[in-house]
Amino acid sequence: MSKCDCGCGAAPKFVFSCSGAADVGEVADQAARALSREGAIKMFCLAGIGGKVSGIVKSTEAADRVVALDGCPLNCARKTLEEAGFSDFDHVQLSDLGMKKGESPASRENIAAVVEEVSNRLQG
Amino acid sequence: MQILVMGPGCPKCEQAEKTVREAVAEAGVQADIEKVKDFQEIAKYGIFSTPAVVIDGEVKVVGKAPSKKEVLSWL
Repeated sequence: MSKCDCGCGAAPKFVFSCSGAADVGEVADQAARALSREGAIKMFCLAGIGGKVSGIVKSTEAADRVVALDGCPLNCARKTLEEAGFSDFDHVQLSDLGMKKGESPASRENIAAVVEEVSNRLQG
Repeated sequence: MQILVMGPGCPKCEQAEKTVREAVAEAGVQADIEKVKDFQEIAKYGIFSTPAVVIDGEVKVVGKAPSKKEVLSWL
């Protein structure tokens, strides 16, 4: 049997961020990038889901775990995933962590709070 | 028709290629079948798990070897 050095059998975990224009969108985006750098979950492209890019949609279908990060109650990340047919994913909204649009800069503390929330969910 | 079978060479990837070739032969369609092993090339399609099958630029399946029936439905 040939040696397997590919991604077979290793379904990825993906985090999608709304990456919106407001401060909370920036917090969500930076938290997703920080999580991706840590390696426990990979940031993936929400625009690819919205644009129905086949590779991104199919890769997401094959994912072991999907987390959506929304900065504000408009829930654009969640709605984008749902519009593409996804329903089985974790949803983290920053307002549930006490962050308000226009009052929550992309500070180290705010980003760390989101990273901690997602990390806890991944362990749970 | 261009068919790309994505996968560096593990048994599941080999199975995917075999199934695609059998389906193409059975359907009697003209297709260029290419095996893509370079993960950078694979990632360009937004694919992060293999095997995967791409037909004329559209990703049909990721992370599993498709059945012949599935492949036939794509041809």
